[in-house]
Amino acid sequence: MSKIHVSCTINGDPQEFLCEARQSLLEVLREDLGFTGTKEGCNDGNCGACSVTLDGVLVDSCLVLAVEAEGKQIVTVEGIAGADGLHPLQSKFLEHASLQCGICTPGFLVASKALLDAKPNPTEHEVRHWLAGNLCRCTGYDKIVRAVLDAADQGS
Amino acid sequence: MKDFEYTTPQTLREAVKLLAEKGEDARVLAGGTDLIVQLRGRRFQPERVVDVKKIAELNELSFSARKGLRIGAAVPCHRIYKDAEVVERFPAIVDSAMIIGGIQIQGRATLGGNLCNASPSADTIPTLIAYGATAEVQGPDGKRKIPVEEFCTAPGRNALQPGEILVCLQIPQNKTNSGAHYLRFIPRNEMDIAVVGVGAYVELGGRGKNQTFKSARIALAAVGPTPIFARDAGDGLQGQPVSEESILAAGEAAKAVATPISDMRGPAEYRTHLVGVLTKRALIGAVKRARGQYVPNAVQENGHPVYTLS
Repeated sequence: MSKIHVSCTINGDPQEFLCEARQSLLEVLREDLGFTGTKEGCNDGNCGACSVTLDGVLVDSCLVLAVEAEGKQIVTVEGIAGADGLHPLQSKFLEHASLQCGICTPGFLVASKALLDAKPNPTEHEVRHWLAGNLCRCTGYDKIVRAVLDAADQGS
Repeated sequence: MKDFEYTTPQTLREAVKLLAEKGEDARVLAGGTDLIVQLRGRRFQPERVVDVKKIAELNELSFSARKGLRIGAAVPCHRIYKDAEVVERFPAIVDSAMIIGGIQIQGRATLGGNLCNASPSADTIPTLIAYGATAEVQGPDGKRKIPVEEFCTAPGRNALQPGEILVCLQIPQNKTNSGAHYLRFIPRNEMDIAVVGVGAYVELGGRGKNQTFKSARIALAAVGPTPIFARDAGDGLQGQPVSEESILAAGEAAKAVATPISDMRGPAEYRTHLVGVLTKRALIGAVKRARGQYVPNAVQENGHPVYTLS
């Protein structure tokens, strides 16, 4: 079938692309647009490695069709750091050694930023509940949770 | 995933036409958290996907005394559990909407999709049945209403005919001295599929020690080919005193209509036992809410509530 034209913004910049209806947003982000920070883990909505925000709402990009991005604002992990360097969450992930293999990290960062945007001072329970949709098979989560709580304390 | 034609109708009429033209070869897309997985797994290979998120009626989330709560079929969970009227008047809807997948899933998944997907373990369906919800459906021949307990016909199958679309879920206005609660059992804290789920709704009459059940509705998840409306278990409470004894009897009646299978989530005997436990707890939670007490759900902070009547 013919390709479909989609206009959206990614990390604040206008973007246009052509895609097939069957392509996921994850696939187009990684393979056509070069936003390879967004990772493919399970590709069925369990692991959260492909987390992005769509008009400010945290979603798994493997469960969004790329054509659904028409007119939407997308933020990926590449959009988290500011012009003056790492986002406090990123710094705290480094400081607390909140990653080992790193595949889950972009998803955790995008999800954690969405949490702190919605709730600047979450409790540990809220952090753990919010991040339940992100799987990490290396760290055991404690270091990730500590980094997010620490970043919240710094008022990120 | 096989390619398909992607359509974005702006009106119900247009959507019905797009669906009716293709019959079984068209699928509705709302949140996509079931559909996209099914397309990828080739369980469905439709020629046309009809994205219904641009249709105004399917995005409605409103409450009024006359019409009760109206939840458009394309409203995602996160909008529902952040809505002040839902939180105050229909806390069992919040119980269900907050435990479906993680935050990412709740950003997209809809109650309408959960119902149409017709999984026996769907977490919102027992709650909708307990509240006496009605599904409003639009088809080529007009509108019709289906009680939610009649909507699911088999695993993955529902009462919609080709060309029909679920427009909204309607829940009657909450009565005074009523309350509801949904509970599921899973072996972890979140991100899992119900081993058993129970939704209970109660309306109480009288005061203090003379308090009785005016009415009750109980529905079960994951213990049969469809969600089960345990009508007799609820009806049996009518006129009964609010007591441990009457609640345990309702649990036994609910167990009697459960027809679970044994699978990797649990053996049938265990599931039947859980129906009794969860029915008791869901009823106690519903009674407490009817009395105006705060009962946290499975993922809210204040810990697991202790399910005793006093």
